[in-house]
Amino acid sequence: MNRKENFVAGFVKENPVFGLYLGLCSALAISTTLDNAIGMGLCVTLILTASNMIISAIRKITPDEIRIPVYIVVIASLVSVVEMLMAAFMQELYANLGVFISLIVVNCIILGRAEAFASKNGILDSALDGIGMGLGYTFSLLLIAFVREFLATASWTITNPFNNQVILHLGLEFLEPFKISMFSTSTGSFLTFACFAALFTVLRNKPAKKEEKKEAK
Amino acid sequence: MAELFSLAITAILINNIILTKFFGMCPFLGVSKKTSSAVGMGVAVIFVIMGASIITYFLYHLVLVPLEITYMQLITFILVIASFVQFTEMFIKKFSPALYKSLGIYLPLITTNCAVLYVAQDNITQSYNFIEMLVNSFSVPFGFLMILYIFSCIRERLDLATTPNAWKGNPIALVTAALMALAFSGFAGLV
Repeated sequence: MNRKENFVAGFVKENPVFGLYLGLCSALAISTTLDNAIGMGLCVTLILTASNMIISAIRKITPDEIRIPVYIVVIASLVSVVEMLMAAFMQELYANLGVFISLIVVNCIILGRAEAFASKNGILDSALDGIGMGLGYTFSLLLIAFVREFLATASWTITNPFNNQVILHLGLEFLEPFKISMFSTSTGSFLTFACFAALFTVLRNKPAKKEEKKEAK
Repeated sequence: MAELFSLAITAILINNIILTKFFGMCPFLGVSKKTSSAVGMGVAVIFVIMGASIITYFLYHLVLVPLEITYMQLITFILVIASFVQFTEMFIKKFSPALYKSLGIYLPLITTNCAVLYVAQDNITQSYNFIEMLVNSFSVPFGFLMILYIFSCIRERLDLATTPNAWKGNPIALVTAALMALAFSGFAGLV
């Protein structure tokens, strides 16, 4: 696989959330609004890229037996740093994401990529893999949040996390009486996620089916 | 006493860790295909959460607070949890090889079960005293075990039902989870 394929794989074919079912806890809980989804997604992308680079850089001097604890310490330190920065500069977002920021430590995507990719590849490749996978994760969060925020509030809002000014507000007021508040709760989250998971199964199987047909001919 | 009871009921039914907080989703989808492994996993999680919570609780109040290094909380806690899971693994391997075999890969994966870290952190942020901490760190994983068991029973029946191709496996299981979450939201006004 060349670099470009590696980078794009994270979006549909190896989408970490809908395809591999990794990092579900945060994907389901944080996807209530677009703001939270963007914040969480970028946080994970940043930490994933940095941890991939560090782990790839120290891969030759890490003893094999204790590699998992080493990875965990690297990831936990990065998360602590990001958590403190967010508490200082983006209070609103920090309050909304709450405990989920510190739980990025146990997000399977990060440890999974460290083990599966960064421990075997060079720094540049690992960084690209981190960005690709991270954006794939952000993309999935955005998809769920896009549907959920609209169904629950009949509008989309994006705010600047640094000063809480609304950048974009798109509301369809005539739909206001028809909004379904269930979609801001856990039920709506599971339901939206299930629909996307089914959709992605179809998307992934499509190319395979074409090949089967060609062979049949 | 009444307070402890309402704490337990809240943790088990109202704020159920899987259905309202989404922690521990990976084993929820991964280990719920068979009832027996679901129960084994649930019990292992209760043991790990109880043990890890007690250790981290003392570590926080006796080491991190006196030394004023509470910013090291995350790193300390995750290391304690990782080593405790390793310890549990060796312990079960030695004393009950049969259970060890049936849990398989999922035992080391408890480390990355966010429920463990969440309970350890929650005990600190809610500033529970020792007894409340014990009740909380038992009830939360007990709610996990209960939901995991119910869900695995449903999934065993679901395998026999006809589902559209795209929905087979995890998607239909997630729809089931959505309906369970809807049912459990009825407990919201209980306490």
